[in-house]
Amino acid sequence: MTMTDDRATAVPQPETGTADSEPATASLRRDQPLVPAGSISGRALVTVIAILTFLAALTACGAVLMARASSDWRADVAREMTIQVRPTSQRDVEADVAKAADIAKATPGIASAEIYSKAEAERLLEPWLGSNLGLAELPIPRIVVLKLANGRQLDPDGLRKALAAAVPGSTLDDHHMWITRLAAMANTVVVIGALIVGLVLVATALAVAFATRGAMAGNKEIVEVLHFVGADDRFIAREFQARFLNLGLRGGLIGGLGAVALIMLLGMLAAVWRSSAGGEQIEALFGAFSIGWEGYAAVLAIAIVVALVTAVMSRVTVRRHLHDIE
Amino acid sequence: MVRFESVGLRYGMGPEVLRDLTFAIEPRSFQFLTGPSGAGKTTLLRLILLALKPTRGFISIFDEDVSHIGGEALTSVRRRMGVVFQDFRLLDHLTTYENVALPLRVQGKEEASYRSEVVELLRWVGLGERMHVLPPVLSGGEKQRAAIARALIVRPELLLADEPTGNVDPNLARRLLRLFIELNRLGTSVLIATHDLNLMDQVDARRLVLGEGRLHIYD
Repeated sequence: MTMTDDRATAVPQPETGTADSEPATASLRRDQPLVPAGSISGRALVTVIAILTFLAALTACGAVLMARASSDWRADVAREMTIQVRPTSQRDVEADVAKAADIAKATPGIASAEIYSKAEAERLLEPWLGSNLGLAELPIPRIVVLKLANGRQLDPDGLRKALAAAVPGSTLDDHHMWITRLAAMANTVVVIGALIVGLVLVATALAVAFATRGAMAGNKEIVEVLHFVGADDRFIAREFQARFLNLGLRGGLIGGLGAVALIMLLGMLAAVWRSSAGGEQIEALFGAFSIGWEGYAAVLAIAIVVALVTAVMSRVTVRRHLHDIE
Repeated sequence: MVRFESVGLRYGMGPEVLRDLTFAIEPRSFQFLTGPSGAGKTTLLRLILLALKPTRGFISIFDEDVSHIGGEALTSVRRRMGVVFQDFRLLDHLTTYENVALPLRVQGKEEASYRSEVVELLRWVGLGERMHVLPPVLSGGEKQRAAIARALIVRPELLLADEPTGNVDPNLARRLLRLFIELNRLGTSVLIATHDLNLMDQVDARRLVLGEGRLHIYD
């Protein structure tokens, strides 16, 4: 090979100019991502992720609220037992009730036994039967409410046998059925909550997959250039993953904070309404609308998992897309 | 370095656009790839770049059979090549400096390790004062030089340039040609795809001429 133009034999020399004064020690590279921020429909994706996180966090908070309330109810119910004495014509019901209370008091694990008088028993029925019905003539069962002592084991079967022997027609209700039903209800709510959170995570993953595919299609030329200048698939996937992790964190944070703010607002409103009859019922159902540390931990975990799902899903989608290109 | 044996390429069920290509690019060699527009110059470059797979024949790059190449081996082969695209393919959101440094950045190198090298190369191609400018404000010639600098920064063993002087005046074209010749003297094999006869007349180099899908070689 020979040059036909003698001017061309000269070796090109580095140019001199103002650029010589450029400081070579300072970084000349901005922290500019290789996938342009504007090329991903970021705002729309952040909004979708925020809404999904908000719904998932709200569901989780609701489940936590219900689980906590149910746990309180169960604890209250489990601390009490009831002896019911049915009046019969052959026996003195007052003597039977007193005897049942004495047997209960003598049983280890029972802290107190409170006899509900006939008037109190009638008052308990008033919400269902109304007042002024002349309940005095009806054979209304009498009730002895037992409070259990803390930390001491009670033998309910032994008490049941002792009562059956001494007071025929009496029954001991340890509220086991109610506790079982409450536990089943609370567990069902928690499982449904977990399923909804799972569905939301799947929906997030699919939304991210679509957004990533869109971003890949929009940045096809950039991906091609990156390949030609020697970027491997891992590097390209990392670039997309970094962008999507950022979007996922933003969406998760906004959605999680939104849910926590709503729960706190509802808690404040519940406190304001507490004086009214409706407020008392709401408080009886859900407690003081406090989700506790479990609730906040659930919201934080959901926000983090949503961000991670976003990052991992984008990485998987990019790797699969690059594999298809190859 | 690059070896093609009876390579053919067709798109889908269409006719073969490249037929029976048999040639080699030797280490430290300099050659032009020429032919009329639409003859398949860019397609042939894309075959060498492993952006396309031939429908028949055998290709080896750097003594590696590329018929089933993928993953790390593919990346490794591409890192030994530099490419100048006809349409530059600069990333518009990165500065000239960042574009030229891109091949080093994707290799995971620290910026401090290549900063002075990139600045020096930018000054060499006359872009010392334009290193912080985004490509959309560069002229065609400046974009061309930035694209060439990006291809040279990794000191490739093989340089592929697609119409590298297509957007510059004759003076700058000669200067860029000198750049390629100097690079070749330093050990890089160079393949320049062009239909600029004036450019080819300046150098007595091997010519690969594509016409009607076939390749004719003039040593």
